[in-house]
Amino acid sequence: MKIGMVCPYSWDVPGGVQQHVRDLAEALIDYGHEVSVISPADDDTPLPPYVVGAGRAVPVPYNGSVARLSFGFLSASRVRRWVKEGGFDLLHVHEPSVPSLSLLACWVASGPIVATVHTAIPRSRVLVVTYPVLRTALEKISGRIAVSEAARTTLVEHIGGDAVVIPNGVATRRYRKAEPLPGWPGSGGSIGFLGRTDEPRKGLAVLLKAFETLGAQRPGLRLLIAGPAGDPEEVLNRVPAALRDRVVLLGQVSEEDKVRVLHSVDVFCSPNTGGESFGIVTAEAMAAGVPIVASDIEAFRQVLRGGEAGELFTTGDAAELALAAGRLLDDPARRAELSAAALAAVAEYDWSVVAREVLNVYETVVLGRTGVAVAQ
Amino acid sequence: MIADIVLVVAAALFVGVYVSWRAGRIDRMHARVDMAHAALDASLLRRSSVALELATSGLLDPATSLLLAEAVHGTRGGDRPRDLAESDLTRALRAAFSQPDFRASLSGKDGADELLAEVESAAHQVFLARKFYNDVVAVTRDARHRPLARALRLSGKAAVPEFFEMDDSLLADFTQATLNPGR
Repeated sequence: MKIGMVCPYSWDVPGGVQQHVRDLAEALIDYGHEVSVISPADDDTPLPPYVVGAGRAVPVPYNGSVARLSFGFLSASRVRRWVKEGGFDLLHVHEPSVPSLSLLACWVASGPIVATVHTAIPRSRVLVVTYPVLRTALEKISGRIAVSEAARTTLVEHIGGDAVVIPNGVATRRYRKAEPLPGWPGSGGSIGFLGRTDEPRKGLAVLLKAFETLGAQRPGLRLLIAGPAGDPEEVLNRVPAALRDRVVLLGQVSEEDKVRVLHSVDVFCSPNTGGESFGIVTAEAMAAGVPIVASDIEAFRQVLRGGEAGELFTTGDAAELALAAGRLLDDPARRAELSAAALAAVAEYDWSVVAREVLNVYETVVLGRTGVAVAQ
Repeated sequence: MIADIVLVVAAALFVGVYVSWRAGRIDRMHARVDMAHAALDASLLRRSSVALELATSGLLDPATSLLLAEAVHGTRGGDRPRDLAESDLTRALRAAFSQPDFRASLSGKDGADELLAEVESAAHQVFLARKFYNDVVAVTRDARHRPLARALRLSGKAAVPEFFEMDDSLLADFTQATLNPGR
């Protein structure tokens, strides 16, 4: 199938939607489909061969912050040319209610269009007011996908129509192998954490509490923390002075370094106390084959197959976490077992599986239609 | 003796009249601040309503329309402070108007020229109204800060007027041309 995919956000800025588009496009290409992605991008950004730059995105105020978007007649005519020259069987637009390329693509094209909604749309009134203008564009969408139940609900409530829920995938092969950071995991053992240090629901407090016990029992044990931190000093102050030099804060890390962090620890901990609908970080740790200790919130229970693919502890219980992590640190055989189980379990969340579901949607939408053309 | 009394009474009378004149002046200044604020408020409302008119006119591409409508919505009692929300609208309008060939792509369409002119004039009015408002705020604040006014609390219970800061440099060329027609 010849698929034209539209990314609304600048390719050179890291973001969830961009990553989704890239991973999905690559999974579809692996299946032998022809994919062309159009995305805003700086002219000097190196782009993968399947991405077409739509010119520099303009920073504009959007939703209370500044987003880099592509809009206007010039962008529209670029998309029109891409559609015309692409000869696509189907268009797949992402976030069509963001004022950028995806919306413009719906406007200038006709034919089978699939749209994926990533985030909840907070401002329904804006859509009501501009609906007459957007209608011609949005009505052309013939198949809708939501990445979560929450996104589906807002879509149903605000725009109408229904959507199939197909969650984000995990690009497992990107996590499979990486060089550990220099000096890690070390001989005394190490525990890893990924996520915001100042977001209580990520549960770092529970892990720090458990580390008080674990660190006192094991003189060589170290804790590796990566993720945007409000104030690193503040985090260290929550650790007893004697253990402070064994807690390493990396701050925000690049995608590559994130994978290296996962390969730098003996045990990975997901101590979240709630607010996770899927637990993407935990799934990524599984894809790296790190043995996992996670709180038993619903999302983790599901992704870890009820404890088969990783140890679960009662959410918020630092003592139980210390016990579980301690057991794992002492038992290399059990760690190897969990690692293998995690790798097997995460395969079902791989993009190759997710892409197959997306392909099902494509096939339904193109039935009996002749392909994408420029709208008259 | 009598002459001395007359002199003291006259001096007291003079001081009284002077102080009450100063108090009256500060009072009038606050009234002018209120009027200027009302004018600023009206100009901001007018700007946001013509911006919405442009957004929903069907003249623009849907992305620009949505962008403008979002920005207008933000100025209508969202959770963002007004100065920031209004500055966002300025930036959204500027982003729309500074597209290459923006005007050329619209001219000839029904009502486009009038609507664009109205948006520009509304934006320019915001620029003027804010300038006038901040001027009268500055004078008032200065008058309130004089030693005599502070010592005698001549401003009474009136709150200190605040400057209104925002990005209103929407269409710099237009503004320049209007303010300095000779250039």
